[in-house]
Amino acid sequence: MNPNSEIYNLRVNGKTYEIRDSWVGESLLYVLRERLNLPGTKGACEQGECGSCTVIMDGQAVCSCLVMAATAIDSEIKTVENVSAGDSLTEVQDAFVTEGGVQCGFCTPGLVVAIEHLLSQNSDPSEIEIKEAISGNICRCTGYGRIFEAVDKAVSVRKAKTL
Amino acid sequence: MPRTLTDALKAIAANPSAQLIQGGTDLMVEINFNHRKPTDVIALRLVDELKSVQIDTKKSQVTIGAGLPYQQMEHGEIARHLPALAQAARTVGSPQIRSAGSIGGNLGTCSPAGDALPVLSALDATVNLQSAEASRSVSVHDFMVGVKRNARLPGEIIVSTTLPIVSGWQGYAKVGVRNAMVISVASCCLVVNRANGTIAVALGAVGPTIIRCRETESWLASQMNLKINATISPNLLQEFGDRIANESKPIDDHRSTATYRRHAVSVLARRLLTRANSQ
Repeated sequence: MNPNSEIYNLRVNGKTYEIRDSWVGESLLYVLRERLNLPGTKGACEQGECGSCTVIMDGQAVCSCLVMAATAIDSEIKTVENVSAGDSLTEVQDAFVTEGGVQCGFCTPGLVVAIEHLLSQNSDPSEIEIKEAISGNICRCTGYGRIFEAVDKAVSVRKAKTL
Repeated sequence: MPRTLTDALKAIAANPSAQLIQGGTDLMVEINFNHRKPTDVIALRLVDELKSVQIDTKKSQVTIGAGLPYQQMEHGEIARHLPALAQAARTVGSPQIRSAGSIGGNLGTCSPAGDALPVLSALDATVNLQSAEASRSVSVHDFMVGVKRNARLPGEIIVSTTLPIVSGWQGYAKVGVRNAMVISVASCCLVVNRANGTIAVALGAVGPTIIRCRETESWLASQMNLKINATISPNLLQEFGDRIANESKPIDDHRSTATYRRHAVSVLARRLLTRANSQ
């Protein structure tokens, strides 16, 4: 890979973006926020410990701070901006609001992405499966209780909708 | 960006000191914190050959591609044949990290806290390397040479690791400051080979690299018949733990103290031996 001058494309939320004049060491998190004007994904620890930068890449939840952006060519990336259609909230986002799963809000986008990812694979997760799925998303405000309640609410709302 | 192993090997032959990156969970931290500013990078994440798995029951061995994410080792065939590796894989970071991190990355970084490494050591795994001209296989014991130092030569790529399928009990345990998303403060892998009547114990994060407790292993084999599932006396178990602690070489650092690590690794080893003999 030529470090300084190579132009590459990224597929983010169904759109193709051309990335120019980048440095090879730029993380996907940096490129999303600073180059693509998609600031929903948050950066905090920049070492993969906090999960606030979680995005979906080829169907997997990943820490975007640990993805070298230039290596994400050929990948389908989905960020928190794309979890809901238009301005409406998903059941998960709505439940975060109504159940008080948001306090300072910094971890919220990463948690929403991680939980949407979990529910896309498992529509009725057990408590332990929910804990496992968000074990890489750190929240220092809520103590997680309200977040688990929000997941339960989202699960039951979705269930009611599919009945 | 190479999409085949042949292209990756050509790229590194042309630039032997280029930085290799697989899942990025180690390297990107160093880049994000400005500890490293690579200019030439060869990314291996699109090379499918590095994610292959070959289970050879005739030879009783499993060969795992260096780039296979840990997520793929938690369940299924690999977990059935290599339960200790599956347990270690489950303790790596979080789901986000396990979808990126790989054995090749653990070997490439060669941190003594790498979760797969005590398993590779206890199973006497082989590391398979390739360059544009040649391929070679090295015992994992010779591959890990020190803190974040390994025997990979410029121009080589770690392509896979080969682990034996052992009949008997095996397990992995680690201690960290919380239950998930944690780097080992101390870790241990214990493998009982019932057919040979031998035991292997490897320790992580308590020395410059993974430590195999060969003295304790042969001592225990002389004290009890490891071919059968026998009850262990409390005294024997205590001495086993003490000997393990003596073979560890921990240091004080930002993650823990030497005293705590020596104690923790002894508890982990005793716990695993107890589990091995209660199945």
